[in-house]
Amino acid sequence: MRADYDASTALLEQVSYALNEGVALRIQGGNTKSLLGRPLNGEVLDTRIHHGIVSYDPTELVLTARAGTPLKEIEEVLDAAGQMLPCEPPHLGDGATLGGMVASGLSGPRRPWAGSVRDFVLGTRVITGHGKLLRFGGEVMKNVAGYDLSRLLAGSFGCLGLITEVSLKVLPKPRQCVSLSLELGVAEALRELAIWGQQPMPISAACYDGQALHLRLEGGEGSVQAARQRLGGEHLDNGFWQDLREQRLAFFANPAPLWRLSLPNNTPPLELPGEQLIDWGGAQRWLKSEADAETIRRVVSAVGGHATRYAPGDDSFHPLPAALLRYHQSLKRQLDPQGIFNPGRMYAEV
Amino acid sequence: MNILYDERLDGALPKVDKAALLAELREALPDLEILHSQEDLKPYECDGLSAYRTMPMLVVLPERIEQVETLLKLCHARNVPVVARGAGTGLSGGALPLEQGILLVMARFNRILEVNPAGRFARVQPGVRNLAISQAAAPYDLYYAPDPSSQIACSIGGNVAENAGGVHCLKYGLTVHNLLKVDILTIEGERITLGSDALDAPGFDLLALFTGSEGMLGVVTEVTVKLLPKPQVAKVLLAAFDSVEKAGRAVGDIIAAGIIPGGLEMMDNLSIRAAEDFIHAGYPVDAAAILLCELDGVEADVQEDCARVEAVLKAAGATDVRLARDEAERARFWAGRKNAFPAVGRISPDYYCMDGTIPRRELPRVLNGIAKLSEEFGLRVANVFHAGDGNMHPLILFDANVPGELERAEAIGGKILELCVEVGGSITGEHGVGREKINQMCAQFNSDEITLFHAVKAAFDPQRLLNPGKNIPTLHRCAEFGAMHVHHGQLPFPELERF
Repeated sequence: MRADYDASTALLEQVSYALNEGVALRIQGGNTKSLLGRPLNGEVLDTRIHHGIVSYDPTELVLTARAGTPLKEIEEVLDAAGQMLPCEPPHLGDGATLGGMVASGLSGPRRPWAGSVRDFVLGTRVITGHGKLLRFGGEVMKNVAGYDLSRLLAGSFGCLGLITEVSLKVLPKPRQCVSLSLELGVAEALRELAIWGQQPMPISAACYDGQALHLRLEGGEGSVQAARQRLGGEHLDNGFWQDLREQRLAFFANPAPLWRLSLPNNTPPLELPGEQLIDWGGAQRWLKSEADAETIRRVVSAVGGHATRYAPGDDSFHPLPAALLRYHQSLKRQLDPQGIFNPGRMYAEV
Repeated sequence: MNILYDERLDGALPKVDKAALLAELREALPDLEILHSQEDLKPYECDGLSAYRTMPMLVVLPERIEQVETLLKLCHARNVPVVARGAGTGLSGGALPLEQGILLVMARFNRILEVNPAGRFARVQPGVRNLAISQAAAPYDLYYAPDPSSQIACSIGGNVAENAGGVHCLKYGLTVHNLLKVDILTIEGERITLGSDALDAPGFDLLALFTGSEGMLGVVTEVTVKLLPKPQVAKVLLAAFDSVEKAGRAVGDIIAAGIIPGGLEMMDNLSIRAAEDFIHAGYPVDAAAILLCELDGVEADVQEDCARVEAVLKAAGATDVRLARDEAERARFWAGRKNAFPAVGRISPDYYCMDGTIPRRELPRVLNGIAKLSEEFGLRVANVFHAGDGNMHPLILFDANVPGELERAEAIGGKILELCVEVGGSITGEHGVGREKINQMCAQFNSDEITLFHAVKAAFDPQRLLNPGKNIPTLHRCAEFGAMHVHHGQLPFPELERF
């Protein structure tokens, strides 16, 4: 573990310099999420100089760390105390940082049952487009004073300010975790998931890979064993979920472009060219397809979802309706009036 | 201290000609019900914080979203302030009307549009009551998790505006964690959708920003909430302690044992006695504090957890631990807690309910601080506490008929909130800032932070027509309040006059 280091002054100086010189900044930690969003120019601002866990009290269920802290370090510290980040954030490479986790807002297989990255954000420190280091939210579970800027920053890809520190709610690890596979057709798998979703089942991950439905059960010994017996199926190694989260399953080796489809959880099987892998119990589907963006987005929009391409390009994120885009621009202008933070990373106009 | 809108501190409001506006509204919206006479307006002069009252200029009661759209467009064009309100049960004056503004009552939008068990969501109009959603989902063994104690009356639109909580937040989250999608109208009368039918939406997380924004950014026109399967069983343990410190430590011990209870509540002796007198819940009236710990989920897990929690409570020094024997006793244990406010109302002519949050480890220090303030101000304070998530509800007992007592109650309330900020907490956990805590915002945030909040507001409503004067204080008010230098507890707060 590297020595902790508070580099907020240096980060503030770099932002002030950018404001004074009118230079755009490209905020970067481990650079593991660069395949998402539009290509950026601008000077690199490396958050990794600002790292270290600031406070962690397992009985408070709160961890506060600087943005450049490696995610791996945080997970190790939590693990040693029998706790975890319930949203299971994907690293997508070595050196992923806390700042990148929050700025990208990506969550792993447990997301539909436990919540997303933003659900666990309690507070942030942020350097704004006015060159100020400010604090929003805090280290308490409930806090409705002022606007919830901390959660707004989650998933904003650095476009609204530079996150320097984050407080997260963490949870105890479940006492028991087992996984299993059931050989089912896709329609049947989705049908079963819809039924189980209405019952108090200890499911914490559900993925259909074209041949089998893979399930993870987490909870107390009693509920997990009972569900395991009820469902039957073949034993599955728990490592499967990490491979899914990190896109290391064979499905992801397909050379076609990767798309993430976010859908209402009870969407029936979607007809699209290419191959699909169902995650999040149906609410997230991975697509490997050569089809053009317009075709994919038309099909996905028609069922109330949206599609993100996991490859850099001009339209990696699903386009916004005109009115909504206008409020995005308005918010960007207010919070980053000179447009120095990752301009255009999400949308050309923002 | 007068907390009503003060143009000197809160900014000038546009001057509106009531007769002209009324005539114009009637022409543009002939089928809209508009209240304008003094006796008709009277019932709308306050929300759940009834100590603060202002007569609205006009009250409108639309029944179709198109009417709201036309109304907002007109108000935007004519520069007329608008305060939106649902059931009006809020406790921070968030729906307090303006003399120079329209009160937009959304209560008639009370239809449940869709309950979709397979999709585990319900789509409802903003005036639907919180509890009505769970009732509509009950035939499918599903429910809507956030359960503010006003759930029988409060509406979901107001829950979104306030990011309402309840007693089960530690495990099941606040309103923001249980929403999929919110349709809103902006002050320009533009319809936008925040969130989506999927678990996320492209772009910035405006749904998170909007939730808890207290009607400052837009008006809620439709809400899609997540539904959860009802827990198979719920069991409640009641533990008595001879000191609040021990009870506070026991809470940390339960969590350290890896258990997240569905509910975890603490009451101090004054609240215990008041509740017991009122409800006869079977509480031990000689205990310094009690903990109520509810464990819910699948039967086998709940049994195991009960045994674990019982052992933890005993090890933490509980003088007595009781498991509710049956559903009737469980309901009784909860009834005492859920009726703590009216119970306190029986032992005091008036009470004032506070809503601060603190890191749990600071509980002994804050309770000691409250006891000292109580002595200093000569007013009794009963404490009920969502112990699991650090949300305190000190109840300040006073008599409004005794000259000066209301002012003293407000003053001690302000001090308690500043104490919460000093230990790293927040001035409001679930009731909102509204008008009530507008001054304490200056203690929790510095001027740059408040300036950024105003920037967020300007992105949606640059003319500040939606609910002006709520949630975010002007810098002028903070300067006058004089607490700008008390920030994040870095400095002890000085003795300040409130006015």
